[in-house]
Amino acid sequence: MIDTENLTKKFGNLTAVDNLTLHVDDGEVFGFLGPNGAGKTTTVRMLCCLISKTSGSAKIGDYEVGNRADQQKIRRMIGLLTENVGLYEELSAYDNLDFYGRFYKLDEQKRKEQIEYLLKMLGLWEKRNVAAGTFSKGMKQKLAIARALIHDPQVLFLDEPTASLDPEASKTVRDFILELKKEKRTIFLNTHLLDEAEKICDRVGILKTRLIATGTPQELRRSLSGRKIKVQLQRVDDVIVEAIRKIGFQVSEITDNSLVIDVSDPLTENPAILKAIEAAGGHVQFVTEIGSALEDVYLKIVRG
Amino acid sequence: MKKMDLQSAWAVAAKDFKIFKRKSQVIYITVVFPLVVGIAFPLIVQYALHIGSGHGITALTLPRYMDAFSVWFLIGAAVFPATIASYSLVGEKIQKSLEPLLATPMTDGEILLGKTISGLAIPLAAVYAGSVIYMSLMDLVTHSTLGYLYYPNWHMGAILLVAPLICLLSVELNIIISSRVNDVRTAQQMGMLAALPFFGLYITSEIGFFAFNDTNLLILAGIISVIDVIVFFASRITFQREEILTKWK
Repeated sequence: MIDTENLTKKFGNLTAVDNLTLHVDDGEVFGFLGPNGAGKTTTVRMLCCLISKTSGSAKIGDYEVGNRADQQKIRRMIGLLTENVGLYEELSAYDNLDFYGRFYKLDEQKRKEQIEYLLKMLGLWEKRNVAAGTFSKGMKQKLAIARALIHDPQVLFLDEPTASLDPEASKTVRDFILELKKEKRTIFLNTHLLDEAEKICDRVGILKTRLIATGTPQELRRSLSGRKIKVQLQRVDDVIVEAIRKIGFQVSEITDNSLVIDVSDPLTENPAILKAIEAAGGHVQFVTEIGSALEDVYLKIVRG
Repeated sequence: MKKMDLQSAWAVAAKDFKIFKRKSQVIYITVVFPLVVGIAFPLIVQYALHIGSGHGITALTLPRYMDAFSVWFLIGAAVFPATIASYSLVGEKIQKSLEPLLATPMTDGEILLGKTISGLAIPLAAVYAGSVIYMSLMDLVTHSTLGYLYYPNWHMGAILLVAPLICLLSVELNIIISSRVNDVRTAQQMGMLAALPFFGLYITSEIGFFAFNDTNLLILAGIISVIDVIVFFASRITFQREEILTKWK
């Protein structure tokens, strides 16, 4: 659904996005992670035909980003939640959505139905005639998401949807995005919240002007930090640790009753490790695979 | 090239009108200007005619005063769009509502047209409403002195022909100004500079260096039309998606 090849944006001498090549499948939720200034918003703006690309190519569906003839078609098939909600605070929730519905040529009846559907789904129907300026941050964010969905777009770009929201409002917005995911909509999510990416996204890409890594959160964790197992024992002693090292494994963490061991394939390597522990007099209580948090992976990548 | 969609442009203007209804300054201007200019000037003339008793305004000098008063409709046409267009564009900047708007299928030209309509309509309505009140009351108070109805006349017709051109100039200038400032009041103050040349002309006409006669008004209309076209293209260059998102302060 979204394809870019060597997509680049320069502002004078500053390269904001450098040779970005990525593919997002139809119905996929793709998380774009990166620190502030990494080029996430610039990428979204290019893909939404808001700013021009310097070089490279990008396609949304069958339409070419940067091709004048395709620009309107792309804008019709996408919905954008901008980093700042940008609502008309003097207008009611209903009027905000009705205004945007007009640009997508929805007839009055269709607009009414769509507004009612979205506001009810987001729990704002009772407040439909209240000025948006009086809403809480979470309510405004929900209304802005409804605005992005007014024309039922195939592709949804969400730029930092939970930034600056309190935990409760963040959860409401995240739950709503998960609902949208069920509808098999393609969602491109810009975020710097790793927890959010992990909970929502099928795949993530880590951007720091260049795309540094892509994959599922699990794949990234594995590829960058390797795999680890934690062996819980009745008691740990030097003999046990030495026995494990002797058969070629690295023990990365030792406590009174547990060991963290670096492995490449737990399925085939665990029996040998357990055998060595038993042989050294250890009593294994249980074994679990532990993954490093996406945050560790992210920091490792971003800090280079 | 996409054909201009007037419905989308109108939707932008209609949305602005809804917002203006909640702005006391806009309401104030829309209501107060026609009343002040339309009622106050005829009252001044009425007062001068009565206290003059032969020494003040006479039937011979009366038309000159009335023509001078009518120039205030040109000054109004230059000043009011600055107030209203500032709310329209700087307001969008403050609320950061331009980016979502630019992400819709509307063209830059349609948004600009919508903004121009919303910036023009209210000041023009105020100017025309004020001129109707002004002409009616002036005729009422001067008929007995002049012995004929002074209004409507070609002079007022020329004034009301130039007024929309000045309004348009003021709106287009405000679009350019709005791209550089982030504060409604600053945009209004800078926009009001558009009225300075007309104040200047008014003063020079009062001291006899310039005459707001029909011919000069038509020449003025021609000059302002040319400036309108130049400023329109300048505002088109300013009002482009990429420019707005990356360069507008």
